[in-house]
Amino acid sequence: MPDDRELLDTGASAQLLGDRFPGMAAMDEHVVAMQSEKLDSDDVLLKRPFGFLFWFALVWIAIVFLAAIFANLLPLQNPNFQNYSALSQGPSSAHLLGTDDLGRDLLARLIFGARVSLIVGFFGVGIGLIVGGTAGLISGYKGGRLDVALNAGSFIILAFPAIVAVIAIVTFWGQSLVHITIILGVATIPLMFRVIRASSLSFAQRDFVVAAKTMGATDTRIVLREIFPNVIPVTVTFSLITVAGIIVIEGTLAFLGLSVNLPTPSWGNLINEGTANNALSTDPYIMLWPAMSMFLLLWSINLIGDRLRQRFDIREGLL
Amino acid sequence: MAKKTGGDAFDFKDAASHAGPLLVVDDLHTAFRTSRGTVRAVDGVSFEVHEGKTLGIVGESGSGKTVLSRSIMGLLPPRDVIRSGTVHFAGHDLTAMGDTELRRIWGAELSMIFQDPMTALNPVKRIGVQIAESLRLHLDMDKKEARSTAVELLRSVGIPSPEQRVRWYPFQLSGGMRQRVMIAIALACAPRLVMADEPTTGLDVTVQAQILDLLADLQRERHMAVILVTHDLGVVAGRADDIIVMYAGRIVERAPTRTLFADTKMPYTKALMDSIPRLADPSGARLNAIGGRPPDLIHPPTGCRFSPRCQYAQDKCREIEPPLRTVGSPDHLFACWYPLVDGVSTAPAVPVSITTNPATTANDVAANDAAPTGGTTS
Repeated sequence: MPDDRELLDTGASAQLLGDRFPGMAAMDEHVVAMQSEKLDSDDVLLKRPFGFLFWFALVWIAIVFLAAIFANLLPLQNPNFQNYSALSQGPSSAHLLGTDDLGRDLLARLIFGARVSLIVGFFGVGIGLIVGGTAGLISGYKGGRLDVALNAGSFIILAFPAIVAVIAIVTFWGQSLVHITIILGVATIPLMFRVIRASSLSFAQRDFVVAAKTMGATDTRIVLREIFPNVIPVTVTFSLITVAGIIVIEGTLAFLGLSVNLPTPSWGNLINEGTANNALSTDPYIMLWPAMSMFLLLWSINLIGDRLRQRFDIREGLL
Repeated sequence: MAKKTGGDAFDFKDAASHAGPLLVVDDLHTAFRTSRGTVRAVDGVSFEVHEGKTLGIVGESGSGKTVLSRSIMGLLPPRDVIRSGTVHFAGHDLTAMGDTELRRIWGAELSMIFQDPMTALNPVKRIGVQIAESLRLHLDMDKKEARSTAVELLRSVGIPSPEQRVRWYPFQLSGGMRQRVMIAIALACAPRLVMADEPTTGLDVTVQAQILDLLADLQRERHMAVILVTHDLGVVAGRADDIIVMYAGRIVERAPTRTLFADTKMPYTKALMDSIPRLADPSGARLNAIGGRPPDLIHPPTGCRFSPRCQYAQDKCREIEPPLRTVGSPDHLFACWYPLVDGVSTAPAVPVSITTNPATTANDVAANDAAPTGGTTS
């Protein structure tokens, strides 16, 4: 970067000259134009491409989301309608993905099943974020006794083997979508808390936080406007990974027959059905579609989380 | 202190708005409780700063200058910190204020420029937003007004194309530019006192001079007082009105800048000056470093704290701590039993026995009005 004082002086003197000699004003504009050109070129730094895979992953997630949201509007059969004249069929024009051993349309079941996975995944993480994230932000910034207490609490929850605890609670409380979402959400609270607390803690001691304080910012303002924006990249990445994790756990529960009650489809339930009655050898499509969809969705979520992290890292790297 | 109202951040301060010095620090002590013992980082420091003046605080690493500036601001966490003494800012005692009251003064009346512009700006916020925040907070500006003021501030600290640069992130700026932004933030609400804690340490020498000149220009323009904390006598030499030299948490010499350089009394100050390399030195000449290391502030040396490293130290120096006193000029204070006269120590070549009454006060010595010679003071 050239000596900026000198730049300023040239600008100022050019302006002075311009006032006195109208002909010189053009030169002044020229200087400004040169400077703004340089400024634009600097902005290119931010626009590093995400790559093809990122967009592929994003499109897949978009498809899954849109299909799940607008499932009722799509020309789909009732996912629970049993067509006894079309049992265990392969893909055809009537049933694009085929039917299962009870004659239910696999495409309809796949799309309606996506709803459960997405709701459990994203709302579960939402609960974890709101409770664990808020507690983590405050705990990391404030420190002291509050931090010790919240930390101890998070360790206590983490000490339970999650899947066993979830199985026990689901068994007693009942297998509804709301219950499962809440239970899995609560299970992610300590994870979110620990990650966000660690990040918040690392920023709480930085000079810019002290600087904000010396400019008269309140604690609330510092947490929300100084620390929170810095914690966002970590939060986004970790949340996406956790969404993937929860979808897997829901699948595990379903596989054990503990997710939402049958015949409501969920991807986990579908995979479970695909293994029942030796269906894997006779009708592999039942399991293939949900397993593939889930694999692609998890891969996409992780990839996007990873790419976002890389992009956010640019700033840290140049700092 | 009432919240400032009105939109114009560039009001010239009325110098006569209150009587007496702007900042009065009286017998300030700051100590940290650690597992090894109590670290007395600032140990009985008193001084005042007048409206529009510059005070330089100089000392080597560990002399307590950063702790001093932070405890004046009231920024140290209350846990494990023992603080006593008072800090009066414009007649109000900062040490007696709660956080809510302090927040109204911080930024608006009293602000701080940090040492490292690389870490003192929030990396994920545009610099314009960072400047505008305190404007909106203290001066009740609306978004648009704050933004245009931010542009003006950037222009006033010498950043070219401020209209575009308000939208930049800190990482897009060089170190010198960032320090300019820091200055713009600190000066946004036209404070009356700016605490600059080693504002140029992270910058290279040519940029250092630019930043210090900029600060001096803005100070003159806005009639602010500045406390310039540094380890480099060269930084304060041409810029400060008064200089305080700190050693091991105490003031060892305090004088108007010209007097300090012309008539150095304290061997430590002299040693600091001698440690600055000169262009006229023959090439290959060794630096005049001060031997030894700064004292352990948990168990400071008895007597004069500089005595273990002082080439003129006598038995008296090692046993009795010299008070801060004057000889002749009332605004030249120093803490030394055998002050230098024209750069030559008045200490006798051979240590002599001590006959001084330990209760000797600065006034007694000053009344004597003679450079004390070995062991015969009062």
